[in-house]
Amino acid sequence: MAYLDHAATTPMLPQALDAYVRTARALGNASSLHGSGRAARRTVEEARERIAEALGAKPGEVIFTGSGTEADNLAVKGVHWHRRTEHRNRVVTTAIEHHAVADAVAWLGDHEKADVTELPVDKLGRVDTGALAEILDERGAEITLLTCMWANNEVGTLQPIPEIAELAAAHGIPVHTDAIQAVGHVPVDFAASGAASLALSGHKLGGPTGTGALILRRDVKAVPLLHGGGQEREIRSGTLDVPGIAALAEAVAHAVRTQETESQRLVLLRDDLVARIRAIVPEAIYNGDPESRLPGNAHFSFPGCEGDALLMLLDAAGVECATGSACSAGIAQPSHVLLAMGTDADDARSSLRFTLGWPTTKAETDALIGALPEAVRRAKTAGLS
Amino acid sequence: MSGGVDSAVAAARAVEAGHDVTGVHLALSKNPQTYRTGARGCCTIEDSRDARRAADVIGIPFYVWDMAERFHEDVVEDFYAEYAAGRTPNPCLRCNEKIKFAAVLDRALALGFDAVVTGHYARKGDDGLLRRAVDPGKDQSYVLAVLTPTQLAGSMFPLGDTPKDQVRVEAETRGLAVARKPDSHDICFIADGDTSGFLKNKLGTKEGEIVDAASGEVLGSHDGSHQFTIGQRHGLGLKRPAADGRPRYVLSITPVDNRVEVGPREALRVDRIRTGKPVWLAAERTAPFEAEIQLRAHGEVYPATVTPEDGGLTAKLHTPAFGVAAGQALVVYGPAPEGDAVLASGTIDSTQAYAEAGVSESAEAAGA
Repeated sequence: MAYLDHAATTPMLPQALDAYVRTARALGNASSLHGSGRAARRTVEEARERIAEALGAKPGEVIFTGSGTEADNLAVKGVHWHRRTEHRNRVVTTAIEHHAVADAVAWLGDHEKADVTELPVDKLGRVDTGALAEILDERGAEITLLTCMWANNEVGTLQPIPEIAELAAAHGIPVHTDAIQAVGHVPVDFAASGAASLALSGHKLGGPTGTGALILRRDVKAVPLLHGGGQEREIRSGTLDVPGIAALAEAVAHAVRTQETESQRLVLLRDDLVARIRAIVPEAIYNGDPESRLPGNAHFSFPGCEGDALLMLLDAAGVECATGSACSAGIAQPSHVLLAMGTDADDARSSLRFTLGWPTTKAETDALIGALPEAVRRAKTAGLS
Repeated sequence: MSGGVDSAVAAARAVEAGHDVTGVHLALSKNPQTYRTGARGCCTIEDSRDARRAADVIGIPFYVWDMAERFHEDVVEDFYAEYAAGRTPNPCLRCNEKIKFAAVLDRALALGFDAVVTGHYARKGDDGLLRRAVDPGKDQSYVLAVLTPTQLAGSMFPLGDTPKDQVRVEAETRGLAVARKPDSHDICFIADGDTSGFLKNKLGTKEGEIVDAASGEVLGSHDGSHQFTIGQRHGLGLKRPAADGRPRYVLSITPVDNRVEVGPREALRVDRIRTGKPVWLAAERTAPFEAEIQLRAHGEVYPATVTPEDGGLTAKLHTPAFGVAAGQALVVYGPAPEGDAVLASGTIDSTQAYAEAGVSESAEAAGA
């Protein structure tokens, strides 16, 4: 089987799995005062320090959460709630955010009367910083928060977070960045980025599902989503998941340490795959920024084919990938990311995302190349029904 | 796989017969959560989950195919248009004709599959003919009678030889959680079962007269002729009973004048039925022949002489039918005693009673 859907989830790194199992055997609530509790707390704090060090943050800035989605919601809603006033109730976002951010922002608009400004992107999926500068000049005083993802989860385009944060900083506006696809895959330095907060998720970088973190600058306040025992600077209550946190730290540390060599390997593998796909299907459209993108991401539209049909045919041939579109009750909607990039609805529906990860081998990309011609031929016959 | 018991067992049987089976659930609405759960309707998110779980248990891959646009254009819009024209459509039939055994079958064949398997209760004989299911209470050959021989050739109905209660028992033994799920009935896209409200919502309301067909006397009013069906007795809202105290029925609907005519049951008598262009499931015939005809799903069967003429079928009934609505299908089965193979079908255009029955051309206007 060829698994080319590492942006959905990637297997746990062996050392992260070892750390998880080892820690899960130990007893102790990290908030308890006795010896077992202190040992658990020590594991958590060491994990916090490792993550901070790997990402250019201070340990006190790391808030552990139960998922990347939770980290995004905490930043978007928490910071907005803390900063909003009668005359400051606007969130600035982009047209290509993941639903964890996009739907949190939309909810603030629908249920809490927040004003929402959505920044457009260009054909390659790059945020229009000119439009950002404009809205900052016109409405800077109204803005509670600016949120922009570090790397897009569908087409892989990277965003210039330092440049965006610098523009926002001139108006005193905090920037949240959803770096869930970025951490461990491209260089991420929290302090240097100028962001106020950054979300990451364990299972996208070789850690466990059900773990995540929000890196939140000490001077930025957020209203909690969860109330309870007051863990994590009283911003995120809930008994700390010691084994999950230990494994997350192991994964982050490893992924960041090996990021440069691993991304070189993936870029070679990915570029070779892209070239071969283009040779087989000359009309295929390579989406996203061809230069500034995630190393493991290859996203294509196959005109005249339906992405769902291609996915099914490849799946039957033992090649797993994604249509990269939002999904409700299994009904594919054309991707909001591609639509925002100006792709027409038919091409948006004809797209597939192949994402490579740490275990990916050339045998797997070969398997895709082997199965793709027949899948495209059949999907074309079936057409865009 | 709708998420019901029939398609789940049909899929399991197809696997057991040695086929390489893939489960497909059709998404027929862009907003599936608006569809209610329970006995009415289908295609809720819950149904999709039930179908997925059945596929897991059977051990086959499962996908949702988005047919919402096609379904809306070919079935829902047709449903509105037919009612607006004073006819009574059968959307399940239309869905089989245009979606399940057309859009879905075409796509399946293009993607490399050989056939579409469904949980319909019908049989395909060795002669390739569509035949009634052995369970007369569940027989669905009527709603499949619109399929062309080509469509039929690409279809499999593994449940036709089994009574429904046995299918439930089988589902139970196979560990399928849907074994006891209630049957769905009514129209799947009308979530609350309120067809009249559904039509009003789209077609609007417009006050019109309810008139006595014989005397021309205005008996009452209604707010839209599209809410009526030929033969309908309830919901007329007439204040005064008929002079003879007997119930009154809808005899004709004239959308142009927004006029609904009512009268006694005898006036609903139909002896001759005319259809539009027929579909021949058996070899096409040109000469008149004896047959059994059925005029609605699970409806009565009438012996008749069927004559192919002028591009349609004319059926001369040997015993009269009452309350036959244009828009429904006339399905021709082989003559008794076999009587279980579908020979042809056509959409009813108009009906006629013999002159001695009192009223003639009773529903002619409805087809106009």
